[in-house]
Amino acid sequence: MSFHDFIFYAFSAVLVAAAIGVITSRNPVHAALLLVLAFFTSSGLWIQLQAEFLAITLVLVYVGAVMVLFLFVVMMLDINLVKLREGFWSYLPLGAVVGVLLALEMGAVLWTFYSRGVIEAPALPANYSNTRELGRLLYTDYVYPFEIAAVILLVAIVAAIALTLRTRKTSKYVDPAWQVKARSQDRVRIVKMQSENRQD
Amino acid sequence: MNVVLQPIVNFGNWLWAFLATAVIALCGEEFAPSVLYTVKILLLILCIVLPLMGFMAYLTLLERKLIGWMQVRIGPNRVTFFGIRALGGLAQPVVDGIKLLLKEVIIPTGANKFLFVLAPIMLMMPALAAWAVIPFGPEMVLANVDAGLLYIMAITSMGVYGVVIAGWASNSKYAFLGALRSAAQIVSYEIAMGFALVGVLMASQTLNLVGIVEAQHGNLGLFSWFYIPLFPFFLVYLIAGVAETNRHPFDVAEGESEIVAGFHVEYSGMAFALFFLAEYINMILVAALCSLMFLGGWLSPFPESWGLLGVGGFHWLFAKIMFVLVLFIWFRATFPRYRYDQIMRLGWKVFIPITILWIAVLGAWMQTPLWVWWK
Repeated sequence: MSFHDFIFYAFSAVLVAAAIGVITSRNPVHAALLLVLAFFTSSGLWIQLQAEFLAITLVLVYVGAVMVLFLFVVMMLDINLVKLREGFWSYLPLGAVVGVLLALEMGAVLWTFYSRGVIEAPALPANYSNTRELGRLLYTDYVYPFEIAAVILLVAIVAAIALTLRTRKTSKYVDPAWQVKARSQDRVRIVKMQSENRQD
Repeated sequence: MNVVLQPIVNFGNWLWAFLATAVIALCGEEFAPSVLYTVKILLLILCIVLPLMGFMAYLTLLERKLIGWMQVRIGPNRVTFFGIRALGGLAQPVVDGIKLLLKEVIIPTGANKFLFVLAPIMLMMPALAAWAVIPFGPEMVLANVDAGLLYIMAITSMGVYGVVIAGWASNSKYAFLGALRSAAQIVSYEIAMGFALVGVLMASQTLNLVGIVEAQHGNLGLFSWFYIPLFPFFLVYLIAGVAETNRHPFDVAEGESEIVAGFHVEYSGMAFALFFLAEYINMILVAALCSLMFLGGWLSPFPESWGLLGVGGFHWLFAKIMFVLVLFIWFRATFPRYRYDQIMRLGWKVFIPITILWIAVLGAWMQTPLWVWWK
């Protein structure tokens, strides 16, 4: 077993353990953190495949942004585990069928792929840059799918904002531009008065 | 110069040769290269981390002294080495470190013990790991990777977990409020920061940090650096950097007047010191990145024809890092703290539009002959 294989098995073991932890842990915050660990280790596996751009983007997008918001929400939820477990046995048969189907489908995909025999990856030239190659492909060969995906994302962003945007009537928000424009003369009027003599 | 350095280099070479023979004798010819390589990398990591820790310790002293002078105070001046009064205050960071080491780490009742201990480590790890790709000179870099800038963005974006976990695991509402504020703030400013970096890689055409500095090399000295064509990005990056490190005037996550000390209110002793360390190391990291991406890194501000002054080197990079750090300290002494909704407004409604607009301007500018920075 070479050093490379050792790293692969170590990362895979951590990944599988973390993934099992996500679905078995009782505390939702622990589950979210284990999911972070799973993302991080899978990005380590991608780096081993020399897909460093994808690996770093996985960490950047999922670990750095998506999971933070996830954790944010999970922390503030008051999750009652007893209530969540109530329907466990009645849902189990349906869940088991879906799970077995999923496993079979994945197995079928992997089997058709590996039954052709493992092909050695062709050696890459010395100045090969994964990032550059991905960028070139996205903006030349796959430009239409890429742009369509971008438009769908934009629509989703607009829809999410439109669905959640409510202006509160009681809000006392003041535009900072107005605040900056305010001058002391507008707010305070100093009245000069003659002092009056004391009347005893 | 050589008279001083040569014996040190000789001694280093001799030590390395000795180590190599010892390793070959211990593990055999087959594994020796990989073991030696690992040892070499570990030694290089020590060469970065140890000076960084020392620098960080004295940065706290510099901060206290500078703010003291700005507020017409003296600052720490009592703790000295060997009782020499002229060195007043110089031993302060050492004594502070010892004090924090010896203090008891208190774990609050009802706290999640494992996560409580893990949080400072989660904050410290990315702060140190990001230094792996920072170049200190044209050849002085631990890992000269192609996607260096992306790596830094990915690693530093993980720092927020330390803050969030610390706030949650402390079982205290002040800590939790601080964590929520900090998480929202870091996530918001990361977007503006990312857009600013997009500008840098458009101008330099590379993600490699050494390449980014070399793209700023020109005959004009300091006028060929990126801060001129990318001025809006420079400003946004600098301010977002202050916000990312939770420093004044964006330190609502700590907000002493409202939530006591925010996410680290329940930490004491060395666990607290780790938060402190991570904050200052992140500050130095932002300053270093700012110098590398916008201020020409190790390049000299003078044209090459000026002889010795025009030669680049680590001293220039250090001077630029110090300049940015003093700016950060100056901000802290000058500005009042932002209100929370105004922080969010600045991040989302001011910085992001500015950066998107300037990306478009930059894209158009680069197509014209007026663009003189990139060859």
